[in-house]
Amino acid sequence: MNYVIIGNGPSAISAVRAIREVDLRSKLTIISDEPYLNYSRPLISYLLSKRIEKDKMPFCQENFYEENQVQLILNKRAKSLDVKEKNIILSHKERIPFDRLLIATGGAPIIPEFRGRDLFGIFTFTKLQDAEEIARYIRYNKVKEAVVVGGGLIGLKAAEAIIELKIKVTIVELADRILAATFDKNASSVIEVALEKIGGNLLTNNTAVEIKSKDKRVSEVILRDKKRIRAELVIVAIGVRPEIEVVKGTSIKTNKGILVNNFMQTNIKDIYAAGDCCEAKDSLLGINRPIPIWPVAASQGKVAGYNMAGVKREYSGSFTMNSIELCGIPTISVGQTYPQKKGYEVLEYFDKDKPIYKRIVLKNNRIVGAIFLGDIERAGIYTGLIKDRVDAGSFKEHLLKEDFGLIILPKEYRKHLVTGTGIEV
Amino acid sequence: MGCRLCEVYCLVQHSRTKNIIKAYKGEYPKPQPRLIVEEKGHISFALQCRHCEDAPCLEACITGAMYRDKNTAAILCEENKCVGCWMCIMVCPFGVIGRNREGKKVISKCDLCIGAETPVCVKNCPNEAIIHEERK
Repeated sequence: MNYVIIGNGPSAISAVRAIREVDLRSKLTIISDEPYLNYSRPLISYLLSKRIEKDKMPFCQENFYEENQVQLILNKRAKSLDVKEKNIILSHKERIPFDRLLIATGGAPIIPEFRGRDLFGIFTFTKLQDAEEIARYIRYNKVKEAVVVGGGLIGLKAAEAIIELKIKVTIVELADRILAATFDKNASSVIEVALEKIGGNLLTNNTAVEIKSKDKRVSEVILRDKKRIRAELVIVAIGVRPEIEVVKGTSIKTNKGILVNNFMQTNIKDIYAAGDCCEAKDSLLGINRPIPIWPVAASQGKVAGYNMAGVKREYSGSFTMNSIELCGIPTISVGQTYPQKKGYEVLEYFDKDKPIYKRIVLKNNRIVGAIFLGDIERAGIYTGLIKDRVDAGSFKEHLLKEDFGLIILPKEYRKHLVTGTGIEV
Repeated sequence: MGCRLCEVYCLVQHSRTKNIIKAYKGEYPKPQPRLIVEEKGHISFALQCRHCEDAPCLEACITGAMYRDKNTAAILCEENKCVGCWMCIMVCPFGVIGRNREGKKVISKCDLCIGAETPVCVKNCPNEAIIHEERK
């Protein structure tokens, strides 16, 4: 068997581990368009703010590839696929044959239309190279003011990092509040206040329409409402999309991402996809869609790896969740945090001064979403209750109380948690 | 019976001085127990990391800090790599991973008392309610 994986992120690494658990002998190749062994993309904001050094970027050990006998093809982009001949075509028409392929190409930043896109000083913020180029640009151009377009997770992490570098930052968000995709209004407002406290300037209901330059370098951002903001640096972070260039023009079915079944298999028998590039099962919403977060990528990669190696494993699905700390406030948001339809019940605890905010969203007595802000202790128990669709009717009044813990959960659920390995509680 | 002796022993075991008075009164950062005692009415139990076979915290870790020890199979955290992103806290269904409250911004969890023959919570439970057994 000849396995090839396009991509070198968490789903690729998990797939390698799964394949090697089953098959120690077959050839296994990773193709990555980046020059590095491996690194954690969520850490780039830590790198930019100098909270961590570059040597902390890898998420698996240097000897991982050697230990798992992985052939590495780095710094080369898989351009397209010859599905019939089972070949991957790299730049310069180089062909790499495969028997079973995993496409784990991740996501790519969405770049909106605005005048001045090609100027120096405009960056996206998803890759290690972005962080390094931004750091270099700041140094050489003595950047004092910056604009971040997009008040989502990536934009805010970028803004926070730049503020830590003593640069004045304006965040421009199209929606009426930041983190609108994962937070409700209360949670957004807490972070908005905290951001402004550390010096971030926040403009909502607005966006950049033009970027002006001086000597081909960014000098000013013009917003939709005609407001002008001086800036020598612009970071565009309005979202990511599945990176599916490689399957364009092939018979592999796609929507926004590559379509896969519950075995992470595409419509072509020996071609699999996992991670941010694919649309797999969202167990909460009951549809297939991209869920571009680290734990989901890792778990999909594992399932794909097992199936590629001939061990049947079904993906049980996942749902959106994230943990980010902003301005020193830890936050965790899971599932449907802000449903707009009727039929949901919401429990809340809000202490603005501390600040602590907790929000639980239920539907038919089952938790479908939660936000924890300021106090995230034991948040995973709620995630587990969402995942396992536990009827919370009998313990609903304890959900936001001090005494919340496994002890208030039904005994059968506690038992379910510890079946297999582990000790009964 | 809810005596919380395990909590005391755990905290002392994970202190610098290994001295109960100093651990509680004189150390900064203050050591934390790595287990949780839950109590309600006449029921109580101590809860610590289950060192799951299919551990969600391992998959969720963005830095590679969380790892399984090759010899003991315990799930451990390499504090030098941990950046305190709290992804593991988000996915642990037992809620047994905590934040290090003082000192370094890293997580705090049961390490099965590295180096000790038996975890101190097991060894010192007067009721022998906490057991440690290896399963495969």
